[in-house]
Amino acid sequence: MGKYDFKIPIGPQHPALKEPESFLLTMHGEKIASMTVRLGYNHRGIEKACEAQTYIRDIYLIERVCGICSHSHATCFVQAVEEIAALEVPKRAIYIRTLIAELERIHSHLLWLGVAGHEIGFDTLLMYTWRDREVVMDILAMLTGNRVNYGMNTIGGVRRDITPEQIPQILKAIDTLEERTKYYIQVATEETTIIKRLSGVGVLSYDDAVRLGAVGPTARASGVERDIRRDDPYAAYGELTFNVITDKHCDVYGRAVVRVCELMESYKMIRQILADLPDGPIAVKAPRKIPAGQALSRYEAPRGEDVHYVKANGTDKPERVKVRAPTLANVQVVAHMLKDGYLADMPIVIAAIDPCFSCTDRLISVKDTDGGDKNIMTWPALHSSSIEWYRKRGIDFSDLNRRFKVPEN
Amino acid sequence: MTEEDNIKLRLIQKFGFLSDKITVKRPRRIFAEIPLANFPETFDYTVKQLNFSILAAITGLDEGATLGFIYHLARENGIVLNLHTTAPKDKPVIKTVTEYFPAADAYERELVDLLGAQVEGLPGGNRYPLPDDWPANQFPLRKDWNVEMLDKMEHPEGKEAN
Repeated sequence: MGKYDFKIPIGPQHPALKEPESFLLTMHGEKIASMTVRLGYNHRGIEKACEAQTYIRDIYLIERVCGICSHSHATCFVQAVEEIAALEVPKRAIYIRTLIAELERIHSHLLWLGVAGHEIGFDTLLMYTWRDREVVMDILAMLTGNRVNYGMNTIGGVRRDITPEQIPQILKAIDTLEERTKYYIQVATEETTIIKRLSGVGVLSYDDAVRLGAVGPTARASGVERDIRRDDPYAAYGELTFNVITDKHCDVYGRAVVRVCELMESYKMIRQILADLPDGPIAVKAPRKIPAGQALSRYEAPRGEDVHYVKANGTDKPERVKVRAPTLANVQVVAHMLKDGYLADMPIVIAAIDPCFSCTDRLISVKDTDGGDKNIMTWPALHSSSIEWYRKRGIDFSDLNRRFKVPEN
Repeated sequence: MTEEDNIKLRLIQKFGFLSDKITVKRPRRIFAEIPLANFPETFDYTVKQLNFSILAAITGLDEGATLGFIYHLARENGIVLNLHTTAPKDKPVIKTVTEYFPAADAYERELVDLLGAQVEGLPGGNRYPLPDDWPANQFPLRKDWNVEMLDKMEHPEGKEAN
């Protein structure tokens, strides 16, 4: 540490960080000379809790490891248990699982794009992407009954079937989202503000990405062509045609490009899934007690490789459940990316690995304090009320919406 | 011969003591039992000669008299080799693998905090994932540890936790 260097502690509670984590930065002027990371503030003892509960209850607990990748963790877990119990999961169930997985990726990537926009002061992008994200959230809510923590999985299959009436609705939503994503690809590749703000920020070379074990879009944006969906196929991915998106920019800009382009692949996969959706049952009966054995399950979550190891001991409770979430692999990469970077880049560099946080709100409850009446505003009502609010003040957004072909709800 | 069988064969040719210790459970999943004394050389060979260039995770297990450690190593093409080794609970000492995989430090710190393993050569740094004032010799993932013990724990400064 030089004579004029100084240290800045950031976190565990900090306005620039969305989750509790703590960084101690050693600064050399405006540049970060070195940093240490302290994690664990959100450790909830889920692995230990899994050992005390039955497999069925564990699915719902595991689903709550992460608010956004909830289906990822639940699927990764049930895959391991099904392998130990040697269950033949019906093909229709596997396709439905894969469908939810790709819808979850769309919601996660759109959410990320908004966060990234916000972190660089481009809040218009945040508003656009989060509004469009509602389209996929509505589809997820229609299919599963929930916006996050879908509860679709059970050991041996899925809990809800897809009706023929739902399929055209999903396809219509995918068409809308594809149209919007083309616009975002245009924004990401042509908008000077984005290109200049993100290029050369949070650099991670190919060699460093491999050496430090980066996963997911973070690794793929450094040219590392790894995707568990293709390399270690699970669910229905072995039967789908898709490209693994990589980019050679090796910076935050590359990470943005990889994610928007991955959205297009997800739309492609969803159309294939719905076209080839097999008939038949959606689950097989699973035994309450799982025979002794072990299995390792891997899953390409929106943030990267998710790893679950399950050991069974012949009872109805697991002997051990180990979870390696993708963010743990990537947080270590962040320390490297920030080195020699500017302090002001820290929020976007951290956001660029897409660490997880949860969102469940879907209604606004307005209480009239005088009369005590409680009104529940639906999304369309809230939408028109906000347009009306601005119109009264001389700002009209309706024309803008028509120009970008925004869906009515 | 499948690629998995070829890996098994190469391991057995190199390390004769593994002859009945390797199982190919399904395509892309190989499990091997490695004695602790031979672990470093087996790990080195697996990473450097057999091209298992990805460390997906390290799982720690309480196996009664011993602590178990499973290193989930993967190849680019999706084949996973799970190397399982054990160390006695009264001397649960293993060597770090951070020289091969720098990012393994988080996985190894988990073994230290949650299971009470001692990892030789682990670089200094912040503990993970338990709080700084977690009492010594309390390892939550050990089978004899239960949540009720949290209420009885005393923090270093002498205050009751609640």
